[in-house]
Amino acid sequence: MKLPDLADLALRNLRESLLRNSLTTIGISVGVASLVAMLSLGIGLQQLASRRLMKSGLFDTVVVTSRRDLRNFGREEEPNGPAPAESRILDEHTRAEIEHLPNVLEAYPDIRFITELRYEDKPHLTTVAALPASAKSNDAFEGVQGRFFSSDTAPEAILQKAFAEELLGKTPKPGLDETNVAELAAPLLGKQLTMRYAQRAAAQSSPSSTPHDSAPALSNEDLSSAAYSVISREQRLNIVGVADLDPESMRGPTRARVFLPLKLAESLHVMQPTDLREISRAASDQPAYSSVSVRVKNPGQIRATEDAIKKMGFNTFSILDATRSLQQFFAVLDLFLGIFGSLALAVASIGIVNTLVMAILERRREIGIMKAIGASDGDVKKLFFAEAGAMGIVGGFVGVALGWAIGQVINLGTNIYLRRQSLPPEHFWSVPWWLVGTAILFAFIVSLAAGLYPAGRAARLDPVQALRYE
Amino acid sequence: MGIADKTSPDGAPAADALAAMHTPAANASGPHAPAPHAPAIRAEQLCRHYRMGDTLIRAIDGVTLEVRGGEFVALLGSSGSGKSSVLNLIAGLDRPTSGSVLVQNRDLAQLSREELARYRLHTVGMVFQSFNLIASMTLAENVELPMRFAEIERGKRDSLVREALARVGLQGRMNHRPSELSGGEQQRAALARALINRPHLLLADEPTGNLDSRTGTEIMNIVREFNQQLGMTVVMVTHERALAERYAERLIFLADGKLVGDQSNSLMADAGTGHSSPDGRL
Repeated sequence: MKLPDLADLALRNLRESLLRNSLTTIGISVGVASLVAMLSLGIGLQQLASRRLMKSGLFDTVVVTSRRDLRNFGREEEPNGPAPAESRILDEHTRAEIEHLPNVLEAYPDIRFITELRYEDKPHLTTVAALPASAKSNDAFEGVQGRFFSSDTAPEAILQKAFAEELLGKTPKPGLDETNVAELAAPLLGKQLTMRYAQRAAAQSSPSSTPHDSAPALSNEDLSSAAYSVISREQRLNIVGVADLDPESMRGPTRARVFLPLKLAESLHVMQPTDLREISRAASDQPAYSSVSVRVKNPGQIRATEDAIKKMGFNTFSILDATRSLQQFFAVLDLFLGIFGSLALAVASIGIVNTLVMAILERRREIGIMKAIGASDGDVKKLFFAEAGAMGIVGGFVGVALGWAIGQVINLGTNIYLRRQSLPPEHFWSVPWWLVGTAILFAFIVSLAAGLYPAGRAARLDPVQALRYE
Repeated sequence: MGIADKTSPDGAPAADALAAMHTPAANASGPHAPAPHAPAIRAEQLCRHYRMGDTLIRAIDGVTLEVRGGEFVALLGSSGSGKSSVLNLIAGLDRPTSGSVLVQNRDLAQLSREELARYRLHTVGMVFQSFNLIASMTLAENVELPMRFAEIERGKRDSLVREALARVGLQGRMNHRPSELSGGEQQRAALARALINRPHLLLADEPTGNLDSRTGTEIMNIVREFNQQLGMTVVMVTHERALAERYAERLIFLADGKLVGDQSNSLMADAGTGHSSPDGRL
């Protein structure tokens, strides 16, 4: 029998027992809907997590540290490298070198120090960090009240929410931490902060060392080039923004309570802890950085960039490994969600078997007639397959639509809840096209598999018996 | 209103059209087309035994018979005599336990299931006592069904269906479902369906069993028309001896699965007139 005839007869048969076949098809739809709903939740959550990571700036960032820093990550991983004392210093020269590596977008030093800030003549001790201009697109600053820095050298500051509370003398009550950032920002924006800091300045040339320094082997000239002064300074800063970010969250450069533009922070030459460590060896008065953040063009190039930097003699760290385990986690999650989703489809497939076996009993005589007038076993089998397949395809389409609708409703409901909790809405539900196609195909294949037994049974029916049957 | 009454005023043109419709198939079948009076069906030592629990039922027990091409044969016997079982074996719906059935020199016992299906599709047309039309289909769809299995082009089917239904006087009932028709009309539709793939063999299992005598006569006239004008070999199972004597050229008697008589119908003097009454049940 040709395909159009097969489809025609199958649809006609399905129409004949409309109620029963519709119920069976609805069963398949519910199965497909549950599968689609489960998987789109998994995929949506994965995309949400990846998006967050991507925007956090950590996904495409390599943190470079000197091997001289014995507290660093990954020290044990590099047993073959030069001994820490013989390793290179992470300074402006090497930063520029790293920035010239292929696929590197930017390399900026992590400037971070603890210092005192005065607001309305009251001192506050806190951590200050410098942010590159590119941090503007970082999602940590999505909820910023006010604005980002007007330029990379502007004497401006963005405050973290908790620090803003501290400045205003508001202590967050435990369990009620939903302080509105906008409320905090209103009285602070445009106000001035005074930052006191220790500046590292090139030392005045002092050719003569102390007279009692008699160590002959030591060249004083070498040492003097490394000398510098520490001068106490003040810098006035304009408060331009209050950011709604959690200082405890692992967000690299954003792990501080007050932020300054990077170039401004560099120009201030604030004393860094590494300055003390390197004082015994420094070959110049140039500052050494504790770490440099390297942004690459896309996360796929992280590994190559890391290797290149390691070859230069530095330690590196990226959260590539963290994302890999994240991917593993989501693969397992999707697998479980898929299995649970498929359970409903498995139940639905039993419904197909039941419906078709019932149809054989009902249409026993009809099958006998068809065989008597010349239908082959194959024709009968194909007819039942076509009926199962048609139910599968229709069920698949309806199921995908239903799954999508369920997703939309849950997404909407959750976002209403999130909004009530003053949290930004999220799109954690995703039905990609491949899922639509795969779900329909899966429903079709499952239905055909379910039709296997009934179709075989119908094909084997003895026409003499079937025609005798009333 | 019977087909014979309808066609008798212009019987000749209708018969011509029917013959024209039938001839190409006969030509197309080539070597399988039986020469008149050559054996179309030959059964030798045919046995069909069933096992029902511990008892062996010998539905057919060593039947040997021969039917020539173009012959109209009636298989007579009481209920349980094995006449329907013989018909099912000739139709290729069943397989013999032993012995052989040769139709146009092909041994049906040697054919695969697929080949048997093709044989039923192209060589045999069947009509049954209970008509066996598919209730969910219109008459036109019922008649079209064998052509779907034969994979005949859609464009050609419509006219063939109209033609076949017109032959049996049902051109006005094409889109009716079987349940909307009388028994006689249903059997006429079944005859149209049996004719549609232009088979050489018409097998009729008690074709008038569910019909009143007048309608039965109409149906039998059509069967005779198929036999005489289209040259179809007809094997009809019946338990009505009078009916058999009125239409069949030869009467074969079965009892308890055995052939008990095979005779030419000497009473067929008024064959073709359709005036004698189908009385006298066996």
